[in-house]
Amino acid sequence: MNFDNINILIVGVGGQGTLLASKFLGMAAMLAGKDVKVSEVHGMSQRGGSVVTCVKIGDSVASPVIDEAQADVMLSFELAEAVRWLPYLKKGGALITSTQQINPMTVVLGRTTYPDNALKALEGSGASVKALDALKAAEECGSAKAVNIVLCGVLASMVEGVDQALWMDALKAVVPSKFYEINEKAFKKGLEG
Amino acid sequence: MKISGKLLLGNEAVAQGAYEAGVSVVSSYPGTPSTEVTENVAKYSAEEIYCEWAPNEKVAAEVAIGASVAGSRAMCCMKHVGLNVAADPLFTAAYTGVNGGLVFLVADDPGMFSSQNEQDTRFYGLSSHVPVLEPSDSQECLDYTKLAFDISEAFDTPVIVRLTTRIAHQRSLVNIGERVNHAKKYEKNISKYVMMPAMAKGRHVFVEKRMAALEAAACGEGEFAGLVPNRIEMKDKKLGIVTSGVCYQYVREVFPEASVLKLGLVHPLPEKVIREFAEQVEELLVVEELEPFIETYIKKLGIKVEGKKYFTNLGELGTAAIRKAYYGIAPDGEKAGEEVNVPARPPVFCAGCPHRAVFYVLSNLKVRVCGDIGCYSLGALDPYHALDSVVCMGASVSMAHGMQKAMEINGDLTQDKVVAVIGDSTFMHSGITSLVDVAYNKGVSTVIILDNSITGMTGHQQNPCMGYTIRNEKTVAVDLIKLCDAMGITRVKVVDPFDMKKFRATVLEETQADEPSVIIAQRPCALLKTVNYGAPVKIDEGKCVKCGSCMRLGCPAIIKSADGKYQIDASQCAGCELCVSMCPKGAISK
Repeated sequence: MNFDNINILIVGVGGQGTLLASKFLGMAAMLAGKDVKVSEVHGMSQRGGSVVTCVKIGDSVASPVIDEAQADVMLSFELAEAVRWLPYLKKGGALITSTQQINPMTVVLGRTTYPDNALKALEGSGASVKALDALKAAEECGSAKAVNIVLCGVLASMVEGVDQALWMDALKAVVPSKFYEINEKAFKKGLEG
Repeated sequence: MKISGKLLLGNEAVAQGAYEAGVSVVSSYPGTPSTEVTENVAKYSAEEIYCEWAPNEKVAAEVAIGASVAGSRAMCCMKHVGLNVAADPLFTAAYTGVNGGLVFLVADDPGMFSSQNEQDTRFYGLSSHVPVLEPSDSQECLDYTKLAFDISEAFDTPVIVRLTTRIAHQRSLVNIGERVNHAKKYEKNISKYVMMPAMAKGRHVFVEKRMAALEAAACGEGEFAGLVPNRIEMKDKKLGIVTSGVCYQYVREVFPEASVLKLGLVHPLPEKVIREFAEQVEELLVVEELEPFIETYIKKLGIKVEGKKYFTNLGELGTAAIRKAYYGIAPDGEKAGEEVNVPARPPVFCAGCPHRAVFYVLSNLKVRVCGDIGCYSLGALDPYHALDSVVCMGASVSMAHGMQKAMEINGDLTQDKVVAVIGDSTFMHSGITSLVDVAYNKGVSTVIILDNSITGMTGHQQNPCMGYTIRNEKTVAVDLIKLCDAMGITRVKVVDPFDMKKFRATVLEETQADEPSVIIAQRPCALLKTVNYGAPVKIDEGKCVKCGSCMRLGCPAIIKSADGKYQIDASQCAGCELCVSMCPKGAISK
């Protein structure tokens, strides 16, 4: 895949850092000289709700929103969220997901159960799946908050035609300088697998 | 296409546009999806722009009107329901007109991502006789904000810039420019700025002329025609579409071959332009979210047009919804997987949230509770079910008073007293006058002010209870106890809700008192940087008897594993230790 025409859907739980991931990818696209639109979710869902962010990159982007079967890539911070948003990914599209599970309140309270074998279901779907424990990887880099950048690193390893220096410039532009080192490590961890 | 510039949020671009337009006074009340406009304005130099959080939108609008009369370019920002609060000054500022350019930035929320209704701000433009601009991306957010100030001064009118969530909260590429100052001199002019009947009658005549002149400009006539950003993209003439805002972007994707009349100014609408466009196309369609505002206008002209026959007025539209509604077909392409039943994930109180303790206690006491607007609206949901109503900012206090009076007059003895819960910022916004009503009219309600030291839901803005301004300068803080006392309410208690035993006893005592009372539940928001509870707690498996008491708090960090064990998710736990007191066996500790 490349930046000529790519729709990236980022899904997770409010508070996990999906917004920074979208900002980072948007910045990389801009530095690569592409048109880009990012659609974010602020407000109430940021309090532990299901959140989805869209990043659309190409020569000319109109709608900022990705609809069903339009995403080329889905970056998922949480397994049940990957299952929830799977219909938004094209058949054959890439799913990069962290294996982290966060119980929705309905599950915490025992009203319902967390999806059984969520990862297996995803692997058996029409998506090309790359699953990893991004939380552990981020913690190894020095901060659990760097999950977003680990996942972006994995995505970067699949994008052709964008060199590493550009990714680093984009990263520098979106993270505070005192956290740059941790995030640089996290990005490389994702990139190198 | 190579674009150089910045990748800005729609709201950031509005702030940049206002900066470039030379705005020098901005007053706002936070509200999703408008909040980031003012947060970004505050980042420019305090020497160039005076900027503040007002206690509510009415105050914000009046501050901006005053600044405009004094000769500054001024702006007030709010969400759609905020304009209801600011409607009073808007309708008469429409008569006074302006000196310095005056802009009302209003963000609607189709789909209700973070709102209590889906009202359509374009109708405010129509009924107050104020022009409404509607941008379609961040570049237009910047450009139209600048145009709004120019239109304001050219036509002597306030101007509404209307965004929707998808425009306010999308990022796209923007070319930025330099700031130009526009300050004017103040001249006393009572026939323009003192709206008593004799003067207002004269101004109403002016308002009618102004709107006619604006419509003429929108039709390409007069010296200011260049200020109106409407355009026609003539392509295939089989289908012509009239649209604006984010819907324009959807239309360009779904109907790439269609001709489009893209309206930047959605009020007043350009009759002549619409007639000419309609004559050139075989079929005329309006694509707009929420109400049939443009469609109704065109139908009134006697022109054949469709819109809401296809597109719902519920929620937001999108490319898939438009394609399906118009062509009757599902989106192109195959999905990676079909929709399956995944447990819903509604928003929840964060781990460490002070509201959790409040609603656990209220839920247990089974009192009738009128709720309000803020994070604590979540007290209505599982597992608390502790709220009986949520309507609008400040309504908790006045509704509780109304309920109480109705119960008294109906002889309803099922409850001792009705309780109101309201956040500190919401209390400042419009709870104060409601509490005056309770005291003045011999009410007996118990009002719990949830004082978490910040405006939480909208992402941590300063408010008058905190002692800090928008730019974090130290200032006076409202003394809630003295304020209640001055109203004539003598029963005021300050309690930490995490001391649940004491909090419960206080609520019980106050709901049995035969006079109005206020409980200030004081504990800071767990997301504040100054709050650090330290390490997460642990559950001692040996001591745990699996009674499930801890789960009743509804904390996202406490989990029951598949094999029936209770555990703490250390990645979620804030370390607040509220759950420690819930365990009858002392199994939870640090």
